[in-house]
Amino acid sequence: MRATSLLLVSSLILACASAWSAPDVERGLQIAIEADRRDTGFHDLRAELTMLLRNKHGEESTRQMRSQSLEVEGDGDKTMIIFDQPRDVQGTALLTFSHKTDADDQWLYLPALKRVKRISSRNKSGPFMGSEFAYEDLASQEVEKYTYRYIQDDTLDGMPMFLLERDPVDENSGYRRQLVWIDQAEYRPMKIEFYDRKDSLLKTLTFSGYKQYLDRYWRADEMYMENHQTGKTTLLTWLKYEFQVGLSESDFTKNSLKRAK
Amino acid sequence: MKHSLLAAVLSLVAASAGCAYADWRGEVSLEARHFTSSPIDDAQPGSNLSLSGELEYHTAWDDGRQSFTLRPFARVDQHDDARTHADLREAVWIFHEDQLEVRAGIDKVFWGVTEVYHLIDVINQTDALENPDGEQKLGQPMLKVSLEKDWGTVDLFLMPWFRERRFPSKDGRPRTQPRVADELAEFENRREEHHPDIALRWSKNLGDWDIGVAHFHGTGRDPALRPGIDARGRPVLIPRYEIIHQTSLDLQGAVESWLWKLEALRRSGQGATYVAATGGFEYTFYGVFEGSTDLGALLEIMWDERGDRATTPFNRDLFVGLRWVGNDVDGSELLGGIVTDWDNGSRFMNLEASRRFGNDWKLGLQARFWHNIDDADPLFGQRHDDYLELKLTRYF
Repeated sequence: MRATSLLLVSSLILACASAWSAPDVERGLQIAIEADRRDTGFHDLRAELTMLLRNKHGEESTRQMRSQSLEVEGDGDKTMIIFDQPRDVQGTALLTFSHKTDADDQWLYLPALKRVKRISSRNKSGPFMGSEFAYEDLASQEVEKYTYRYIQDDTLDGMPMFLLERDPVDENSGYRRQLVWIDQAEYRPMKIEFYDRKDSLLKTLTFSGYKQYLDRYWRADEMYMENHQTGKTTLLTWLKYEFQVGLSESDFTKNSLKRAK
Repeated sequence: MKHSLLAAVLSLVAASAGCAYADWRGEVSLEARHFTSSPIDDAQPGSNLSLSGELEYHTAWDDGRQSFTLRPFARVDQHDDARTHADLREAVWIFHEDQLEVRAGIDKVFWGVTEVYHLIDVINQTDALENPDGEQKLGQPMLKVSLEKDWGTVDLFLMPWFRERRFPSKDGRPRTQPRVADELAEFENRREEHHPDIALRWSKNLGDWDIGVAHFHGTGRDPALRPGIDARGRPVLIPRYEIIHQTSLDLQGAVESWLWKLEALRRSGQGATYVAATGGFEYTFYGVFEGSTDLGALLEIMWDERGDRATTPFNRDLFVGLRWVGNDVDGSELLGGIVTDWDNGSRFMNLEASRRFGNDWKLGLQARFWHNIDDADPLFGQRHDDYLELKLTRYF
């Protein structure tokens, strides 16, 4: 019901405001809703991640983090990220309550001062830990955060794909639009091209090593982000995915931030 | 008392050995300070080297419901014997299940939201030997029970043992003039450091805003200082600790690019009852200078009803500052600003910058300057103590 009305409204707006045709907008949104539906219901998950940052001179730097997420019915996920490396930020933790349409709520825990600082989520286009991933690239991907348009069927490495354009709704996004390749068999994102506010190609994100968990949820082992404007790259590797480990609301509070180690 | 505590700590460490998860980490810092003017007291140095280290041991068991953290700290200082000191910053056992959290042992708790003056932060004693910014704290023995409900979080603190503030020795710099003789400390209450202190805090998140209301009853962490003489007949300041009641409010909000901050309190027990407040904002321009760096403008006001009779220098003051965050691989940051007392014209300038080198090293720079300090201002003794500090830290 909600999805249908959303569909109707966005189709109408987009059909009037741009050259997008209503059937393509409708098909684009349908694909996004189906991808979201297939990934809903995992309840909670925990994972470890490493980032390998490389600049155009080949200099490397690494990041290590642990993350945990909780699905919230009717709203965006709650996420906590705890930093292990580099060592000067060890024990620093970031708590995010993401919302479908409103701005996310974010708190940063600074272990040296035992201080929880509210931070503005307005910085969504900023680099995450100096990497090529922006905060918004790692945030919970809610259907409502974009408008969609189906472009065409395509193939990537021989696999049939849907090629969609999605435009961020939030004017604070660093992107004007994104091109997303979603595989037709399992509705997983395989590649995303990010276009900056001036509509120049900024970055390409490639997903690889998809594995299925609980016979349902697909997660990529690697996400490779390449910045075409700076020549910098970040390889994000996910490790030790654990679904349904029994996390609850009380694991995503300011007190739990202070317990994070 | 001290021995039984140590025994308890050691047995906990021993008990936790061989548990599912245990971890050591630490850091060592070399700090060099250069003072740009000649000292007021000839005993004070023109420059100073200092080495400090901190270890942290953490272990968790019972499916993560219970944990124990031990965090000893020590410093060796070239000139100031008092600053050569050690402290158990943390030795705390934590239990949590659902909405309940219990913490027992030596712990550190921070209350507050503002950048410059930590008005309402009253649980831990300030380690005044470390840095004039007052952000380093001594470990506080406590039992803390927290309950997280839909209507907010309630924290109850029982603190059986008070920690006195330790001040720089005669050879220390920066410091008051004359020095504070902490060996002559006086207490209002005859139980001295054994007066049991209690505190209660309620806090809640309301969308873009976080609010906290707290009450503290016990020995005030900041002593009154009165002129006297030490055992050798030299002039000193004698600290006196009084029993206070403090009711406080803290509020922070994130609205678009604005961060709003307010701390306010009403305190009785140190002379006449008074109210004081500090608050302001930080507005951030995201993605300035070629895209990925952030620039923030900060403004905070510090106000104390007692005016020039206040025991704090931050009584009628305005802070304006800038924060630059590089968002780069090295985590480069810079924060600078000026605090001006609009009553007496005293100025305090502060600059802090840091960046990482590789994975394990960090270099920090601090500069603090006191300018045009009024002779009635509590900072008057530090008027010649302007300094530059370089600090190199190795993490492991």
